Amino acid sequence: MIKIEHLVKNYGSNCALDDISFEVGEGEIVGLLGPNGAGKSTAMNILTGYLSSTSGKASIAGIDILSDPIRAKKLIGYLPEQPPLYLDMTVEEYLNFCYELKGCKLNREEHLRRICETVQIGDVYKRVIRNLSKGYRQRVGIAQALVGDPKVVIFDEPTVGLDPKQIIEIRNLIRGLGKEHTVILSTHILQEVQAVCDRIVIINKGRIVANEKTENLAGAVEQVRRFRAKICGPQKEVLTCLRSMQGIAYAEALAERDGDAFTYFVESEYGTDIRKKLFVMLAERGWALIGLESLGMNLEDIFISVVDKSEEKGTAAAARKPRRTRNTKSRDSAEQDLGAALYEDAKRRREEAAQNETEDD
Amino acid sequence: MLAIYRKEMRSYFINPIGYVYLGVFLVFSALLCCYTTLVRGSYSTGSYFTYLIFSFMILIPILTMRLFAEERKLKTEQLLLTAPVSIPGMVLGKYLAALTIYVGGILLSCVNLIPLYIIGAAERGGSSYSMTHIGPITGEIAGSLIAVILLGAALIAIGTFISALTENQLSAAIITIGVIAAMVLLNVFNLLKDSDGQPLIRVYAIRSIISWVSVMSRFSNFTNGIFDYAALLYYLSLSFVFLFLTVRVYEKRRWG
Repeated sequence: MIKIEHLVKNYGSNCALDDISFEVGEGEIVGLLGPNGAGKSTAMNILTGYLSSTSGKASIAGIDILSDPIRAKKLIGYLPEQPPLYLDMTVEEYLNFCYELKGCKLNREEHLRRICETVQIGDVYKRVIRNLSKGYRQRVGIAQALVGDPKVVIFDEPTVGLDPKQIIEIRNLIRGLGKEHTVILSTHILQEVQAVCDRIVIINKGRIVANEKTENLAGAVEQVRRFRAKICGPQKEVLTCLRSMQGIAYAEALAERDGDAFTYFVESEYGTDIRKKLFVMLAERGWALIGLESLGMNLEDIFISVVDKSEEKGTAAAARKPRRTRNTKSRDSAEQDLGAALYEDAKRRREEAAQNETEDD
Repeated sequence: MLAIYRKEMRSYFINPIGYVYLGVFLVFSALLCCYTTLVRGSYSTGSYFTYLIFSFMILIPILTMRLFAEERKLKTEQLLLTAPVSIPGMVLGKYLAALTIYVGGILLSCVNLIPLYIIGAAERGGSSYSMTHIGPITGEIAGSLIAVILLGAALIAIGTFISALTENQLSAAIITIGVIAAMVLLNVFNLLKDSDGQPLIRVYAIRSIISWVSVMSRFSNFTNGIFDYAALLYYLSLSFVFLFLTVRVYEKRRWG
């Protein structure tokens, strides 16, 4: 449905997008994830025809946005970062204006009524937008994107500035849209993509660093195990013992005490299950394991390690330089194995911890 | 395009701007008409139309300042630029809305000329000789009206262009006032004479350039009752050029 090929966008000497390619299938909800300034909005602005790309191609349902913008724009509903509202209009006037602007052919009254029902703005329909709260304005912005029943809906940070209840409502709304529309949304909130999206594209400094199904990311999370263990015994010895044990990538004592038990944070190496071995090892030494809690790794960790990894490689420095021509060099490195990235992250932290230890001594 | 035109028309009358413009323009033109014709006891409308143009220095920026600057500030232009509307369509919709208000004002101000016709008719009825024309000359007035409208169209195009350059309405207005004032008043330099009665600007080439750029020097033919096609073409091409430049501003921003 949406196809982006080798998109490059330079702002003067600053490179906002650096050879981005991805595809979105029909009815799919894709989340663009990235820190501030990663190029999410730029990608969306190019996709909606607001900006042009320096090079590369973006097409909606096979229609190139640059060569046939009017036809392509008819297929898109777009909610920019700041909802484009005319504050002096009422919601009714505004939606009618959008209806005319997009040259819709649907039954006007019924169509607008249905949209208002979907985003629940029926009770402010006759009010002037200037007087609406941020949450309602955001919803009017979403309503605007839905006018004309576009096949593709693009939301740029749709839940910014909303209260938790509204956020949940908007997320449900977006998930509902996914049944009939192709949705792209950008955010820097991880729970959001986790909750809503079928697929996650992580962008950092203008490059795609990961493009995975949400389940796959969750799977990568499963591979690395983090535990909180409560162990009775002398703290220092237990800690040295844990650190020397095979399969443990990282261990540290937490400032938590339960009777004579100390709490430790333990992270196993990639792909190994250390729980049994840990129990046996402790039992041999007569230290009782009175609690073992598995800490799921969240997307934040994945995000940080993936982003860190891409920066470590030194790609970041090169990425910010403007690119006048498309580089045809393969970019396998950009889309890397997440598990491996996480493993290396754990290894790095272990080394850092070891270094700190020697410094302490 | 039609949707944008309608939206702009609406916003002229939802904000005070449309009313302020029409009110000030009608009052000014009525006073002007009174002083240049009735008070002087003259049927000649030449100086009325000439002085009317001076009011455009202030009034046309009011009309054009918010066209694009406001959209840009409120980020609503994103809606227009991502909607299935071409950039020329968008520019034209906004331009035509401003032009409609302007032409509406001019047509309404024609009321000012009615007393001249009434007095003219009365005087004609009372006079014994029928060979000479008494009262305002309709052809001259029609010609002047067309010229004023086209001149205004050109100035509105300039204002539209300047509005597209900035996101601050006030600076758009001030720059537009400056540019229009320069175009209208430039001719004054050509009229200046030193003590010997020689033109102050001695070089003929400079004088001809000034009179070429000045909108007023082209307008004076109309006030003398000459229908100057060259001037009309000048006004039309001026409008076209600045509308084209406005479109280019938006195209460039996309590519920038």
